[in-house]
Amino acid sequence: MQLSVNLQKRLSANFALDVKFTIPSGVTMLFGASGSGKTTLLRCIAGLIRPDSGQIKIAEQILFDSDAQVDVPVRQRRVGFLFQNLALFPHLSVVKNIEYGLDGLDRTHAQQRTEDILKSFRISGVRSQKPSEISGGERQRLALARTLVTDPHVLMLDEPLSALDYVTQSQIIEDLRAWNAARDIPILYVTHSQREVFALGERVISLENGKILSQGTPQDVLEAPTHESLAQLAGFENFFDATVVSISNDSGTMLCRLDGAKTEVEVPLSRVEVGSKIRIAIRAGDIIVAGEFPRALSARNVVPAKIISLRREGAMVIAEIDAGRRFEVHLTPGACQSLVLKPEQQVWLVIKTHSWRLVAGTMGSARRR
Amino acid sequence: MDWPAILLSLKLSSLVCGFLLLIGTPIAYWVTFSRWRWKFLVESVVALPIVLPPTVLGFYILVAIGSQSPIGRASAAWSGHGLAFTFEGLIIASLLYSLPFAVQPMTVAFSQVDHQLIEASSVLGASRLRTFIRIILPLSMNGVITAAVLSFAHTMGEFGVVLMVGGNIPGVTRTVSIAIYDEVQSLDYAAANRTALLLLLFSFAVLSVVYGLNRKSWAVWPLRR
Repeated sequence: MQLSVNLQKRLSANFALDVKFTIPSGVTMLFGASGSGKTTLLRCIAGLIRPDSGQIKIAEQILFDSDAQVDVPVRQRRVGFLFQNLALFPHLSVVKNIEYGLDGLDRTHAQQRTEDILKSFRISGVRSQKPSEISGGERQRLALARTLVTDPHVLMLDEPLSALDYVTQSQIIEDLRAWNAARDIPILYVTHSQREVFALGERVISLENGKILSQGTPQDVLEAPTHESLAQLAGFENFFDATVVSISNDSGTMLCRLDGAKTEVEVPLSRVEVGSKIRIAIRAGDIIVAGEFPRALSARNVVPAKIISLRREGAMVIAEIDAGRRFEVHLTPGACQSLVLKPEQQVWLVIKTHSWRLVAGTMGSARRR
Repeated sequence: MDWPAILLSLKLSSLVCGFLLLIGTPIAYWVTFSRWRWKFLVESVVALPIVLPPTVLGFYILVAIGSQSPIGRASAAWSGHGLAFTFEGLIIASLLYSLPFAVQPMTVAFSQVDHQLIEASSVLGASRLRTFIRIILPLSMNGVITAAVLSFAHTMGEFGVVLMVGGNIPGVTRTVSIAIYDEVQSLDYAAANRTALLLLLFSFAVLSVVYGLNRKSWAVWPLRR
């Protein structure tokens, strides 16, 4: 079964959702910052919001088509929707919550289905409790069970696990995977957590300002961000405007000078010319700090620098370092101790060429799609 | 004590309260969930009896159900008598007079139901009616009870409208508040005092029930949240 979506929806003068994609069965992560249109997209698919135009299709069944004037009512769409706040019915017991969606079924059949799903989501023990009387993890499983028992043709989860601890999260995700192994329906999973994307997704669609920024495997989308805001989301702390100084087609690299500094760094080749303004990014964790000038090194960038400040944050030391421009570098406390780093100290930053990323800031040509 | 008047008032209030729950519920539902742009006009009409002088309301109702009006003529043709100065006429007047006291608490209660629960219900395949009966209504029970109690009590205490529409016919349209008026007019202060005290205690009990039941959903005082 696959879900095809092509829809346009203007929500305000400066925000419009405009997306087109097809996803197969399995988990697809919908990744983006808050306000990027993720929830609106889910609500359009569910039928809770009516798109201005477009078409939504599950397998061959059309749910919405503005040209053919088809708009299947929410309750007939057979979509599963797990709301961010779960939306459990507070006055109904666990069993009644689950049975709620089985209204059309005959009594014995409905009971059988309910018993099965209570068991497979391990909530039979709290069957007669109200949602307020069970634990957070149980509530989450109840919400999932209530949605899945109706046998939806597509499942959508709106940041369902953000409030849970990691262990509970992964258990629930395992339950979901086990369930879908037999059903094989498309699952759209909204998140702004990079970790969830890597842990869960077979595919990622990243959304920004109502548009699809990129899609593919988690590695494709997150490891090579092509747009600044996405790069920030994906954990790039350092951004620099730079000017291309020279290009080496043979080695596939180019040299560029950070604007406002004399510092020159070697970065991967891109389709730009000498003199072009580009924007480059590097993760704080991808920079090595050396206490003395390193020799015999494969890394091509060794930049003299001076430590401005060191700050401990959890199991990590965040160093602010001046290398012509200000760099943020993440170190382990152990590394910091063995190098006896302190403010004002002279160090060298070691950066591999291919750790640099070109991001399309001012430059359209650096965009990779 | 004028027991026939008290019994008449109780009978009138019970009937009006029952009818108002039947009429008021769909109106409250519509007011809560309709996205019609002129909805506020309907809301104003429903709320009119709160601000209108009872004599004004009573006058218009009297004209509307009088023997010259279409409603009055229809009633005369159907039951052999008009509506003015009858118990049936009193019921119609009371329904209009107490309508906001039934609709408003329910509107407030319906709109306080978490909207996501309503969406969850329809995603799970429930029709609007089923969503209303299984989700909205049970979660609005306090509002419904408040509506019932307030419309009952408000009908119990009405005076101006009753006098305009029903007159003062013992056993037919003479309600308890009119009985008090009569007793004072005939300088029987002791009787008036007894009846008034009864109404006072009754009103206090009713309000205690309402406030005790729910402290936030509807109040005579401004909402504090």
